[in-house]
This record gives sequence, structure tokens and C-alpha cells, in this order.
Amino acid sequence: MSYVLEARAVSKSFGGVRALREMDFGLRPGEVHVLFGENGAGKSTLINVLCGALQPTSGTILRNGEVAQFRDVQDARRQGVAAMFQEFSLAPHLTVEENIFLGAEPRNGIWLKIGNRRQRVQAALDAYGFAVKPTQTVMHLSRAQQQMVEMTKALMTDPKVLILDEPTASLSQKETEAMYGLIAELKAKGVGIIYITHRMKEIEAIGDRVTVMRDGAFIATVDVASTSQQHLVELMTGRQITNLYPDVAHKPGKALLHVTGLTTADGMINDANLTLHQGEMVGIAGLVGCGKSDLIRAVFGLSAIAKGTVEVDGTPVARPVPRDMLARGVAYITSDRRNEGLMMLRPTRENLTLSAIGQQPLSSGGFLKLGRERDMAQDLGTKLTVSPLALEKSVLAYSGGNQQKIMIAKAIARDTKVFLFDEPTVGIDVSARVEVYGFLKALVEAGAAVLIVSSDLPEVLNLSHRLLVVRDGRIVDEMPKADISESRVLAAFFGTAAA
Amino acid sequence: MTKAPNNPLKTAFIQLGILPFLLVAAIAFFALNESRFLSSLNIFNVARQSTFLIMIAMGQMIVLLTAGLDLSVGAVVGFAGVVSALVLKAMVAAFPDAMVLAAIVAMGSGVLAGMVVGLINGIGVALLNVPPFMMTLGTMTSLVGVSLSMTKGLPVTQIPDAFQDMLGYGRMFGMAPAMVFTIVLFIAMWLLLNRTTVGRYFYAVGSNIRAAQLSGINTKRQLMLAYLICSAICGMVGVLFLARTGSAEALNGSNYGLQAVAACVIAGVSLFGGAGKVRDVVLGAVFIVILTNGMNLIRVESYVQQIVLGAILILALVADQLRTRLITR
Repeated sequence: MSYVLEARAVSKSFGGVRALREMDFGLRPGEVHVLFGENGAGKSTLINVLCGALQPTSGTILRNGEVAQFRDVQDARRQGVAAMFQEFSLAPHLTVEENIFLGAEPRNGIWLKIGNRRQRVQAALDAYGFAVKPTQTVMHLSRAQQQMVEMTKALMTDPKVLILDEPTASLSQKETEAMYGLIAELKAKGVGIIYITHRMKEIEAIGDRVTVMRDGAFIATVDVASTSQQHLVELMTGRQITNLYPDVAHKPGKALLHVTGLTTADGMINDANLTLHQGEMVGIAGLVGCGKSDLIRAVFGLSAIAKGTVEVDGTPVARPVPRDMLARGVAYITSDRRNEGLMMLRPTRENLTLSAIGQQPLSSGGFLKLGRERDMAQDLGTKLTVSPLALEKSVLAYSGGNQQKIMIAKAIARDTKVFLFDEPTVGIDVSARVEVYGFLKALVEAGAAVLIVSSDLPEVLNLSHRLLVVRDGRIVDEMPKADISESRVLAAFFGTAAA
Repeated sequence: MTKAPNNPLKTAFIQLGILPFLLVAAIAFFALNESRFLSSLNIFNVARQSTFLIMIAMGQMIVLLTAGLDLSVGAVVGFAGVVSALVLKAMVAAFPDAMVLAAIVAMGSGVLAGMVVGLINGIGVALLNVPPFMMTLGTMTSLVGVSLSMTKGLPVTQIPDAFQDMLGYGRMFGMAPAMVFTIVLFIAMWLLLNRTTVGRYFYAVGSNIRAAQLSGINTKRQLMLAYLICSAICGMVGVLFLARTGSAEALNGSNYGLQAVAACVIAGVSLFGGAGKVRDVVLGAVFIVILTNGMNLIRVESYVQQIVLGAILILALVADQLRTRLITR
């Protein structure tokens, strides 16, 4: 069997930590090879080694059967290996065309060759079916559009091996379809594709083979067609997970959050009505950019409200601001951990207690009670199974799953009755996901009101007691648990009649 | 790369940063090359000379913690000196017998003058979203002009001896007054940053201002407070400086501006906000004074001194980068 790219017994250590242990991996031409594993399993380290961003500590990399060395990412690109990362490598202030040629500018001596740049970029964008203008500034593009630029940048080098790290994480259904189409074309041309994803559906939709990793080591390579989802998850976690989504008891009590006629000043949300009861889990689904997150962000006071009312536990709130909403028992758990969720370089303890530290019992008269703070942080971390729990370690060192748990713990640290979750499981692995669902269940069954905004359709389909669908800033459908179906939700997404 | 995992020097470097090494090296070097360096007189001198810089650096530190920068600290020292000198002379002329009262009022007006500047900086940064660098560059520039026009460009002199004795040359609890102020301020700052919610919020705002806001922290108030506290401290230093030198000038504090930032940075205060210890800032300021003092003693030319200071600042930043890399790997 000939491999277009192969890793043999590749190891990589950071200081004393071995992130990759004698990893074997082989990519055939024209296949989509999925890398599957929990966060921290070593997938990122492996693709970083394969694309030249990191140098292996030991082991060899073979390109078309010959030993190869990639000095850096540019060197790997010259040898036909290109990667598209989750964290975009785009310069936000430059235009699309400038970004696409960044690092590989066509030149005449010291001068940039600008002549046919625009036509070349436009031709490429057209060929891939991306609706982006070459002259647009990248910072003004949506996340999905930025992803298209990133993809174009990778494809312009005409790679034989393409590495994609969760390429559809921020794409809508339609854009995802387009991405799949593009991948199929590349496959047909014999390009080998390494594909990282956490989504089972995606593996079934486009994967040919799957390599499962755990703790930095190779576990198995299997064919997608002959492997069940359950088996994959077992391989990944090393244990059996019978049901991803728990059954949550539904005992609705009084209304805790009541929103009527909400319209935001920026027009993202129009005339939205929403009621959330005690002991209830309500889901909100919608395409990327439809405004579903903006709805709960406006309720929490993160964007200005033009019209409408928000009532918490029967009391109207004239102009919501985060501080006031927290005091009323409403917490918003953001989808953007890095930029607005956590203090990445501060200790875990300080992150856990940040919203509660200004109140009894953690402080009085402005003075901190450090002993109580430590106890509470220890309790919260243990309750949310943050592992390994090291209160003085910076949050940056934790995996996405642990960081998500820390954010949930932070909301619990105060007397919170209404939880507004924005993408509660974004970028976290299956076993952390199961744990997060467990906490949501416990919260609801203890009488809290929980709202989940999610782009992960199975998540809201399975967990919600009621499901709302947002399209173009309006709530277009609402269905009780018994009526929830994927076809009805998709119909509401696109505004077509239900099948 | 060669490295022994259990190298105690490396562990100490990761734990403490570059500063303790620089301090020990500087002290050892000067002690070996100049016998007067460790004399009690010189140690006393260093301690006294450090006080102003230590206090200003502690003020600057709070602003840096919030991911800001206060370029106006030096100008505030000069401005507060001028204000309190004018108030003092007016008070003495009006009530020649009430020297203590005059000193207290002069001190208060100096601190108040500083706080007015801090308020302006705070309004600009917190409410109007002007970048701290530009905002404080602006106040620094205009403030020098204000001080110069208040004094018509001449130093304010003929400060009463009684005032200079009380706050400059006299003894409080057997120490120089500036020393007492520094110790009290250090304790207050340590408590503020380690034992109060307000202090914790400075770190939070600097680490991630969006997260702080979403956690219910009044971020505008915190930013405002940072500039207020910093300028109030500088105002106080301005008054003590006046008592020490007996003359008030617009440019009196101008050397302290960048030195205070340097002291903080050498001490590991992050320019990106959210990290830094007040204890280290004191050591950072002491280090800069020791370096200057030692170089004076062994008669290093003042131009060369500047080169050394600049080079050590860069070395400290490079070492800090290295340390961050060692921690995160």
C-alpha cells in the first residue's frame, strides 16, 4: 500500500510531557482520513508535526514513501502538504487577496507583483464557490467567510495532502454542504485529506477511514463503513458510553424568565417572545448568523435593546446589564471561552470564584476571605469533576472540556436560577460532553431554568423539553418535546414547509 | 537544548523570574569593586533615594495591571509639587503661626491635584475609550504646560524650613519621612491587591476585560480607580519631593516616568495586564536605584549609565519571554 504521507513511530515531548508516543499514521491518496480522539489525545500535536509547525522529537515522516523533513510550514507547503487550522492564521487588517498570498507573495525583485493577483484570487474563489470579494478586509468577514479565505489560501498552493482541523465547526448547513462538495472534488483529484472532527455525523458523511488516538498514542485505524459509532466512542474513551444524551425529568414550575416583543438596536433580533420555567430545559436552534445567540446576549445585557420587555421572576428589568442580571440570578455562559469567558493566565481558583468573590461569604466589606474562597473553589472544582484539579494552575493549561466545566462552576458559585448557555459543548470531547450534559440534567432537576443555544442539532433535539427555532432574527417555530423532529427543525431553518 | 530537569537555578528562575538574579549580581559586583558600597551611610542613601521611585512604581503597577499605561506620572509629580508649594506659601503668609495646618493643607492639595489628573485620565480611558498611551501622553504634555504657566517658568523656592524639616529632613519614628510613607503605602498596596475585592478586580480587568464584565464586575469603575490611585500616589510623591528639595518645578518628576515603568517590567509586571506582584515591584525599583548608585560610586559616565540601564531593561524582557516559554511548555 502506498502512502502519500506517513508517520512512523513519531514522538513529541514538551519539557517532560510526552504529547505523542510512537504514533503511526498513514494517509492514502484520495481518501478522507479522520483523526478521532478526545481533547488532549494528541491530534493537534500530530497534525502540527505533519504540517511542519512542530519538529518531532523522534521518529520519521515519509512523503510518497521517501523520508522527508519539514523545516517549517512554508517548507511543508512547498512539498505539497498544506494545513488549515482551527485558530485562523489570517491577518485581520489585510484584505482577502493580501491574506491569500501572505508569506508566498509573487514578487519582482523587492517589489510585489500585484498585476494579476486579483484575477487569480477571484478565479480561485469562483472555482471553489466561495462568495467572498478579494478586496474585503478580513476582520469584517464572518467566521464562515474567514474560513473560506483560509481554505482558499491552503488550496492555492495546489497541495497533495490537505489537513483540515474541524473545518465545519463554524459553518451553517449550506456552507457545510459546499465544503463537503469541495472535499469530494479534491478526493477525486487524488488529494489525501486528514480531517479532525468531533462530530459522528460528519465522520459518516465524508470519512473513509478513521484513526483513533488516546493519550498521545495510536489505538486503531478502522474503515468507516464497517464500524459503528458506539465502537468508535469506545475506542476513543477506552470505556463504554451507552447513551450520550440523558433523560431529563420535566417538571415545569413558575416562569422565571419572560421576554416579550424583544427587538435589539442592531436589528439582529426582531419581536422575540420567550418564556422559561423552573425545572425546564429549552433549546434554541438556528443557522449560524440567524441571531440565536444575540437573543440571549440581549437578555443578559450584552447588546442594546430597542423595544420589548424582559422580566426575571416576575420583576421587569428596564435595561439589562450583566452585573444586575447576575444579581437577579441569571447567568450567561459564553461560547467564546478565550475572549470573554476565562482569565486564561490567572489561577483556576480566581476564575472559579470571580463572579461570587464580591459577595458574602467570600468577602465582606470589600475584604477577601481567602480560606473560604479556597474551600469553595475546591468544592466547585470537585463537583464539576475538573481533572486534575489544581487550583493554582492557570486555566490556559486545561483542555477545552475542563475549561467549560470551570465556566459552569463559575455560574453555580452564585445563587443562579436561570442559566443561559451559548453553545455549551463547543470544542469539547465526547466524555466531557457527557459530563456537561449530566450537570445540565442535575441543574434542571434541582429546579433551575436552563436555556441552551446550540448549533449542534442532535444536542438540542435530544435534550430540549421545548425547542425554539430562530431564522433571520425571529422565532419562527416552537415545538414541545413530543413534536421535536429533525425534519421540522430543518424546515424551520430554511423557511420551507414541513415535510 | 541542554537542560537538567532538576537544576535548582532553573527552578528558581521559573519561580521568581530574573530579578533576584540581577539584584544579587549587582550587589555582589559593586560590593567587590567599591568598598563604600556596603557602608551603612550608602545603604541609608540607597534606601532614601529609592523611596520616591518605589512609590511611583507601585502606582504605575496598578495601571499596568489593568492593561493600561500611565505616562503622566512624572508630570503629576511636578504639577503636585507646584500646587502644594503655592498653597503652602499662601497658607504661611495668611496664618504664619499654624505651620502644621499649612503643611497638612499643602499635602492635601498636592494629593488632590494628582487626583484631578487621575480623574481626567480615568474618564478618558474608562468612559471615552481613548487608548491609555494616547490619553496619558496628552495629559502629560498639557500638565507640563499648566505647571510652567502657573510658575511663569521659574522654580517656586523659599519653601519654609519648618515644612522641609517636617516632611523632608526630619525624623518620623526614627526614619526619614519618605521612608515611613513608603512602608505604609507598601502595606496598604499589598492588602489592596491581595486581600480585597477591588484589588482582585484589577487583575481580572487586566486579564480579560470582557470576562470581567460578564462576571458582573464594574470594569469602568475599576479602570477609573486605577488611574485615580496612581495619580494620587504621584501627587503625594510630588509633595514629599518638594519637602526634600525645597523647590517646585514643572519637570521635577520627569525622570521618574519611564523609570517607574522599567521598575515594574523588570519586576515581571505584564504590559498586557493581569500579572504582577507588589513585592517584586519594590525590588525592581530598588534594583534600578542600586544600579545607578553603584555606577555613580565606581564613576561610570552618565551616558554609559543610560546604555547599561537600557540594556538591562531589554535583558529583563527577553528573560521574561524565556520564562513564559518555560512555564507553558
